[in-house]
Amino acid sequence: MSIVTVQLGQCGNQIGREVFNAVCGDVHGTHGLCSKKENDSYHDACKERFFSEEESEVPVARAVLVDMEPKVISQTLSIAARSGYWKYDDRSHFCQKQGSGNNWANGYSVHGPRHKEVIMNLVQKEAEKCDRLSGFFTITSMAGGTGSGLGAFVTQSLRDAFPTSFILNHVIWPYGTGEVIVQNYNSVLTLSHLYQSADALLVHENDVIHKICAQLMNIKQISFRDVNQVIAHQLGSVFQPTYTAEGGLHYSRNPLGDLMETLVPHPEFKMLGLRNIPQMPENSLAYSTFSWPGLIKHLRQMLIANAKMEEGIDWQVRPPRLGSSIPSSHSTNKPLYFNTSIANLVILRGKDLHSVDLGSFRDPSLYTSWLNPQDAFNAWKTPRAFNKYEKSASLLKPLDNVVGKAWNMFASKAYIHQYTKFGIEEEDFLDSFTALEQVISSYTSL
Amino acid sequence: MTQSVVVQVGQCGNQVGCRFWDLALREHAAVNKKGIYDEALSSFFRNVDTRSGGDGPDIYKGKICSLKARALLIDMEEGVVNEILQGPLRDVFDSKQLITDVSGSGNNWAVGHKLYGYQYRENIVEKLRKTAEHCDCLQCFFIIHSMGGGTGSGLGTFVLNLLEDEFPEVYRFVTSVYPSGEDDVITSPYNSVLAMKELNEHADCVLPIENESLFDIVNKIHQMINSGKLGSTVKQNSLVTSSAGSAKTVQEKPFDAMNILTSSARFEGSLNMDLNEISMNLVPFPRLHYLVSSLTPLYTLADVNVPSRRLDQMFSDAFSRDHQLIQADPKHSLYLACALLVRGNVQVSDLRRNIERLKPSLHFVSWNQEGWKTGLCSVPPVGHSHSLLALANNTCVKPTFIELKDRFMKLYKKKAHLHHYLHIDGMEQSCFSEAISSLSDLIEEYNELDATKGGPRTDPSRLKIAV
Repeated sequence: MSIVTVQLGQCGNQIGREVFNAVCGDVHGTHGLCSKKENDSYHDACKERFFSEEESEVPVARAVLVDMEPKVISQTLSIAARSGYWKYDDRSHFCQKQGSGNNWANGYSVHGPRHKEVIMNLVQKEAEKCDRLSGFFTITSMAGGTGSGLGAFVTQSLRDAFPTSFILNHVIWPYGTGEVIVQNYNSVLTLSHLYQSADALLVHENDVIHKICAQLMNIKQISFRDVNQVIAHQLGSVFQPTYTAEGGLHYSRNPLGDLMETLVPHPEFKMLGLRNIPQMPENSLAYSTFSWPGLIKHLRQMLIANAKMEEGIDWQVRPPRLGSSIPSSHSTNKPLYFNTSIANLVILRGKDLHSVDLGSFRDPSLYTSWLNPQDAFNAWKTPRAFNKYEKSASLLKPLDNVVGKAWNMFASKAYIHQYTKFGIEEEDFLDSFTALEQVISSYTSL
Repeated sequence: MTQSVVVQVGQCGNQVGCRFWDLALREHAAVNKKGIYDEALSSFFRNVDTRSGGDGPDIYKGKICSLKARALLIDMEEGVVNEILQGPLRDVFDSKQLITDVSGSGNNWAVGHKLYGYQYRENIVEKLRKTAEHCDCLQCFFIIHSMGGGTGSGLGTFVLNLLEDEFPEVYRFVTSVYPSGEDDVITSPYNSVLAMKELNEHADCVLPIENESLFDIVNKIHQMINSGKLGSTVKQNSLVTSSAGSAKTVQEKPFDAMNILTSSARFEGSLNMDLNEISMNLVPFPRLHYLVSSLTPLYTLADVNVPSRRLDQMFSDAFSRDHQLIQADPKHSLYLACALLVRGNVQVSDLRRNIERLKPSLHFVSWNQEGWKTGLCSVPPVGHSHSLLALANNTCVKPTFIELKDRFMKLYKKKAHLHHYLHIDGMEQSCFSEAISSLSDLIEEYNELDATKGGPRTDPSRLKIAV
């Protein structure tokens, strides 16, 4: 089944390009560890998911590019075409001239309704090209105007037009010390709207990826390109074909559906985070050896201690012992910083998979009391190496931070006139705040 | 790609505007080697075939035939505009883009605003419409004028008013040159305060510039060169600006600022920052739209691959008192918001590192502690390998306004020179009282914000959700 990607705004388009690059690169890479048959079926599954075949030999990405100013899209299209391995469909893009000025209201209330028809037409065309549509994957940032505002509007429109398809929103959490001053407002408005229309929100934080680049990848002068490549790599390792627990013989047919099923058991908890091990520069790979037990142990501790990368993990944090008399409504008795998961999905890629013992992930103390660990934990495997990673649903602290800062600014009424200019009133802000406080309180009471 | 139109009013506005066009041409010449008329050029220039008298349709692609600036030159006396038309830039301006008169405004705001405004209104509107029609997607008007005189101040603000009425959706950026304390025009306080009221109400963003600061900067450059401190490392090109005579140099600085502001609209980068984003991010309350600008570097060095330390120095300089274009010290006042636009080979990590480094020494308002807006453009400006423009919405503009108010009150109390203004049709005593109260309100708003500086931070309590 195929996934149609919708890239919105400068960030969305820049990342989308890297994702397709990564996926394509993986498919063409040599993996001597697998049999040819294995390679071929991987190749086919991947191709079907992301690319369509046209008369020209080069596969065409299943994507729609949207932006309110032309520079990024034209850059993206040309870089993709130059690679020679894949390209975008020349007609599947839409842009305007003026941009959205970092204004969520402009993206949502002005550009959205104005261009809804054109954009949905493009999406419809891409959807029709698929034999079977698994769902939509939208890539946006939360800080700007187009990705955030128009992105929220487009997600809503997708939900209306395709009520039975899955929608996974990939959102980029901006750097804590701003790229855009009104990013907290834009983020709050985006999240509250996306929560209603999307099935799940996969979050990548710029701060975290930046740290990974600096500390693990040893990049000295980090550019956005580096950040985007790390993100693309992580995304690729989610979406590339794997065997699910049930379908042991062929690659999973419904990637988005399976993802939702395993990770979003309750519609109140839609936010997903990603952890990837090992993460290191290309040239060091040849000199490193890994073993599954070591990787699993690190990953589990990363999960519990809420660490985002494999350096600086706090090994002191331990899950509470079951059977002790801890009343479930008091979270203060739990050790600090312990991360309770709702659901975890571990995706393993590489050789010797049969030897992997994932029992430590099945420990019930990792999960909330209302879910059986059997339901909460899943593992997907494939012998084809890309990288191993895992996902869980817990992003409380950044969300709390952003809402706090936005509320602070809102209390002094700063910048509100910029939004009311385009039709977003104070009540709309209050609605968004309420929705997100609700989410925060749900996550806190785990 | 969006277009911008420049409206230069008055003697100062035109002289200064000229330098801008000169710089813009040089920059595009440096980048656009093949002479193809591309989108970047079209943001400020039209490409026409002059054989058809410039009235023919614009040529959108292909080689450059003849570039015409998207500009309107207005002056109520002919001297300056004539000089421009005889100088090296004569081909860039069309005779249809000029509006001139003979007698000037006599340093009288009322003459500029009420008398000439009324007289030339139709003409101005028609020419503006024409220029706007030549634009595919007009994003912004840049108005350049001085505050102390008669034409720039009076007629300039009249045009501002007009732009709001006729083109409400287009942004209005105003670059205003404020009079210094020892200004030789006696009525400059009256003119400035009357103009301030208009700026308060009708401009989207104002970049105030003070001549004193420009003189200081130029002197510093001269000193650097003369003391041989930089020695042979100072490239000849950078001295073009200073050798052209101090009057001209002084005026070029703001145009560097304007150039950088629009560079993201014209060239590509990894984090584009557009003009509408500047307005969105830097103006938290509608009336507080005065942005203090500072520009680095002021001179260039021969090294092309500037090592990180020099780069960091560039950031530090942008916040120092010497590099600001008005006499103000932002470091000791309260920041409401700050934008950094970098051109050249600078990456996001350099930007973040410097922000982290400088943040502790700067005071930000409590509800905008991380109030930074950043933009990266990969094309460097002419003659430098990197440059940085810092735009800050900072309460340090308050002293400038307070001084202006004081000078105004000194004259007003004695009713000095008032009769020159009052005998113009449409001008009344209430104009003066309204103007001064508008300025006082503005100062009060800045005062209120300053009062929160350094106080204990009490965050408002969050919404409580019933579980």
